[in-house]
Amino acid sequence: MDITLRVWRQANSRAKGKMAVYKVNDISEHMSFLEVLDVLNERLTLQGEDPIAFDSDCREGICGMCGVVINGVAHGPQQTTTCQLHMRSFSDGDVIDVEPWRADPFPVIKDLVVDRSAFDRIIQAGGYISAPTGTAPDAHATPVPKRDADRAFDAATCISCGACVAACPNGSAMLFTAAKITHLGLLPQGQPERYSRVVGMVAQHDVEGFGGCTNIGECTAVCPKEIPFETISRLNRDLISALTHGGSHWPKAAPRRDELEEEEDDIIGF
Amino acid sequence: MAVTGLILIGYLLAHMYGNLKIFAGPEAFNAYAHHLRVLGEPLLPRTGALWILRAVLIVSVLAHMYAAFNLWSRAHNARGGTRRYYSNKTRTGVQRTYASYTLRWGGLVILLFVIYHLLHLTWNIIHPGGAAAEPYERVVNGFQIWSVVLAYTIAVIAVGFHVRHGVWSALTTLGANTSTLARQRLNIGAYAVAGVLTVGFLLPPFAILFGFVD
Repeated sequence: MDITLRVWRQANSRAKGKMAVYKVNDISEHMSFLEVLDVLNERLTLQGEDPIAFDSDCREGICGMCGVVINGVAHGPQQTTTCQLHMRSFSDGDVIDVEPWRADPFPVIKDLVVDRSAFDRIIQAGGYISAPTGTAPDAHATPVPKRDADRAFDAATCISCGACVAACPNGSAMLFTAAKITHLGLLPQGQPERYSRVVGMVAQHDVEGFGGCTNIGECTAVCPKEIPFETISRLNRDLISALTHGGSHWPKAAPRRDELEEEEDDIIGF
Repeated sequence: MAVTGLILIGYLLAHMYGNLKIFAGPEAFNAYAHHLRVLGEPLLPRTGALWILRAVLIVSVLAHMYAAFNLWSRAHNARGGTRRYYSNKTRTGVQRTYASYTLRWGGLVILLFVIYHLLHLTWNIIHPGGAAAEPYERVVNGFQIWSVVLAYTIAVIAVGFHVRHGVWSALTTLGANTSTLARQRLNIGAYAVAGVLTVGFLLPPFAILFGFVD
């Protein structure tokens, strides 16, 4: 196969980026999309050019590290991770557009690599349970209804890749946040923090600068783990319950990325 | 957004029911319009119930517009400006409904139409087709002009799309969309409400335009 790649090149987070055109010839249709980028990068390195920076780790679709927008669709034409997308999904002679996730809370670090630490701060705001230390309890000591266990597991498969944000016309991370809320909120271990969790995580989501969810559903069309849309309604349910229960003890959101950077700059400047 | 939207949909259903009274003749239609003004008497003063309804509607519309502006502005900032992806290949999204596209611009169309609509039929300030004292005549005079019917049709179709996504989205936001079955039912319900409103609002003007009602 011979294809043409139009790839977003951006030297660093402050530089202005642009699309660059590369021809890649004689590739196998069995290659993964990332392997094509590897081949191109080897050639660029031999030519003394800067290789294209992109994220990847496990390359088996389970870690959530990779992800680019291909022809305007997060993770490309197959509903899977970019590493599990193969060139047989394209035709000989195709021109393929490759861009990084685009969202204000996901600044581009270089080329196709974005900073997804906003997700980490949403998790820190409530994506955990408190468990006593000591000997692990017996696995069957806490019964969980099968239906809840299945749904919690479906939500727990979220790998935090960020495709939902990249696909959302509002730049919202609601599917990601809702997956965590559903995962922990359906299990008995998640109950003590159930309501403070939803308030804290949604507050952090908003502080990070993600947009509001308007239930369009583009996120579920690109999610490689097929996180179901109903997780969002479950999050809303918990949020309404939490807000009607009220309470001044709700967690406050941590500062967002650029505020953290300013603090660091202050320390260095001092 | 969800709560105010559902209030406004409730109002639209009642409004549509009132419009269909036009098929019962001038007396029934005018009596209905008059009845709205004396509703609740003597417990409430004349037009008291109407003003309570109007207050709820005005607050709902303003809150709905504020929420819409807030969502738009957050989305605008989160996307990082206007041009998000350079690729033009998937501009219509992967699975989103056409209705979800029309929410923001459609909302503006509806806003402009509501202003015109109030000027015409409620406040009686502009009189396409000739002025009239009674509501029935005012409606019939107006809708004998094809351009008035056209403007009305565009607005009602915008309402239909708005309601299609609105019912679905409002009930999802209120937590009613927690299973595959619920999702199917919400979609069917949203199409049904949107369809009933669109057809119900379009029947009177077209009946007048084609001379079935005069």
